[in-house]
Amino acid sequence: MFKLIKQLTSFIAMVAVLFAFSTEAMAKKSKTLKNTQKKGFVRCGVSQGLPGFSNADAAGNWTGVDVDVCRAVAAAVLGDANKVKFTPLSAKERFTALTSGEIDILSRNTTWTLSRDADIGLTFVGVNFYDGQGFMVRKNSGYSSVNDFKDGISACTNLGTTTELNMRDFFNSKGISYEPVTFEKADEVVAAYDAGRCDTYTTDKSGLAAQRIKLSAPDDHIVLPETISKEPLGPVVRQGDSVWEDIVRWSLNVMIEAEEYGVNSANADSMKTSDNPAVKRLVGAEGELGAAFGLDNEWSLRIIKQVGNYGESYKRNIADTGILPDRGPNELWTKGGILYVPPAR
Amino acid sequence: MNFKLNKIIPQLATLLSVILVFGFLTYNAQVNMDNRGIEFGFGFLTQESSFDVQFSLIDYDGSHSYARAYLVGLLNTLLVAFIGIILSTILGVIVGIARLSPNYLIERTAAWYVEFFRNIPLLLQIFFWYFAALRALPLPQDTEPMFGVFFLTIKGLFVPRFVWENLDIFFYSIIATIISIIVIRNYARKLQENEGKQLPVFYISIGLFVILPLLTFLVGGVSLNFSIPELEQMSNTSFKYKGGLGIPPELIALTLALGLYTATFIAECVRAGIQGISKGQKEAAASIGLTPRQILKLVVMPQALRIIIPPTTNQYLNLTKNSSLAAAIAYPDLVLIFAGTALMQTGRAIEIVSITMLTYLSISLSISVLMNWYNKKIAIKEK
Repeated sequence: MFKLIKQLTSFIAMVAVLFAFSTEAMAKKSKTLKNTQKKGFVRCGVSQGLPGFSNADAAGNWTGVDVDVCRAVAAAVLGDANKVKFTPLSAKERFTALTSGEIDILSRNTTWTLSRDADIGLTFVGVNFYDGQGFMVRKNSGYSSVNDFKDGISACTNLGTTTELNMRDFFNSKGISYEPVTFEKADEVVAAYDAGRCDTYTTDKSGLAAQRIKLSAPDDHIVLPETISKEPLGPVVRQGDSVWEDIVRWSLNVMIEAEEYGVNSANADSMKTSDNPAVKRLVGAEGELGAAFGLDNEWSLRIIKQVGNYGESYKRNIADTGILPDRGPNELWTKGGILYVPPAR
Repeated sequence: MNFKLNKIIPQLATLLSVILVFGFLTYNAQVNMDNRGIEFGFGFLTQESSFDVQFSLIDYDGSHSYARAYLVGLLNTLLVAFIGIILSTILGVIVGIARLSPNYLIERTAAWYVEFFRNIPLLLQIFFWYFAALRALPLPQDTEPMFGVFFLTIKGLFVPRFVWENLDIFFYSIIATIISIIVIRNYARKLQENEGKQLPVFYISIGLFVILPLLTFLVGGVSLNFSIPELEQMSNTSFKYKGGLGIPPELIALTLALGLYTATFIAECVRAGIQGISKGQKEAAASIGLTPRQILKLVVMPQALRIIIPPTTNQYLNLTKNSSLAAAIAYPDLVLIFAGTALMQTGRAIEIVSITMLTYLSISLSISVLMNWYNKKIAIKEK
């Protein structure tokens, strides 16, 4: 009898301890969020200059769809979309900068792959651009398809990217021998291709479209129609801070969902009195969506008002600049694209 | 006893603090890596690398392991260092001697060369050769061959390739030549010491170098053919060369820049060495009847080398380490392949950077050991 009581008490004590631990863990705020709010700015890693995605003008102002993800997070957690410190990173530096804690979000046209997600202390939070790898060639070369490529072709690209690996898979599957010429900086790749060092330049198709304007005679070059890989590009955070991960994921999702419901930077305030509960939740007039992250209820409204919805961001950065006027797969699922995000409720 | 202890204690304390600092750094790195979910290990070296390399001395493609990719990078680095050291030594010696020439024009040209190339940052020179000089070269289809067989294009230098038959026999003949030259030199020295007779060792050596390998062609069944590069059209505007040997423009730019830059420093070492020998030495040698060539060979050079070797070693080490600037122009050296692509594909920054650092350290130490051995060999042997 005595033994049983003893066992029972120890069991209860154990449960109590477990319960205490788990509630404490739940109440614990995100370390990254706390640090960000203390510093007063979001630390964001971007590219060294890819028009449409992350590109700085002469005055040092960053624009692009990747930049807008970071601005959205700043609007959500700090109340001001401009409170972002951008760190331009090469493909080589990007993951180390994130895992070492130098930046808190990596939004740098980075392809989501299994090994990156699982292996090196990173977590991908979503996709803000669906891309695929293509080839650019000179118009007068006579290549009209990747099937025209022959043995000995030389291809310029960025080193250390998924592009480099896809290129090998592609040429191997076609049984074509090729000469890879790889540079660390995108500008060097473009310069080498432009000078005739390489017969073709391969990278994500959005990148080809954006880099083409840097060539000496952009009209002399064409992008071949084939797409040889899937390149879902999206923001990345460090592993181990699930609250911060959720904040970044839902900052992006809110932008896409706002477009779906027709909420934009101009009409966001007036949508508070909408008849649609989903819209009201999106602008913070209903529900307590921010509380789960430790944010107030207007976090999503601020994103929409200050940064705009995904469609506005795309139009401003990619369509109006003439890079890729056609949204292709990056159109909403309701309009024939594949942009589909879980409901914000 | 007390005296000994006084000596040992500070040394032990220093050693202990060094160990503690390293221990702390390792522990700190480990804790932070654990916190961020990064694992440490070298298992990735056996994984398939799945990236290709533009230029490799050994058989390699993406189906090989990361360890083999490392080897490819290492060999490419050693290749650049080797060619660079030879180029800079030859050029450095010529320029160094030219700076002492009584001919005003030669002396000035050499001086200008040294001052010009030594005072421009190396990276800038590499960029110049790669982005300015080599970019101005014609496309393959517009290239006029030099001597009918050399093609210098924007895609690289294409030269005839040797096609050997029975290369091993030729190789053995070279070894046999070297051994017989050493034997003859030793014999000649003995002959001179014992009987005072002099043999024309230099001419005999050259003769052997020509005759023995030549014999293998005539009787050994060795034959040499050339595979000459031929232009082949791939599409309307893209061409390539079939056959021959292609030297990538990245390698040319890098060796040129490294060689021309380091040669200026070696030239100054050589000049310092020769000027460091006092005039009296030469006059004394002349007064006992040595010919000018004997003076240079027996009196000046042995002493000058002692001054030249240690600073030249530094230049060789610098050249080897500077070869890591290859990464800036897409030459696939150790830094580009291993600390570049492999690092990015695996994300194993700490492991890869430490392997790369250790590799450069070992290369530098090996060169250092070799040069120290040579320096000791030519040092004054006090009896």
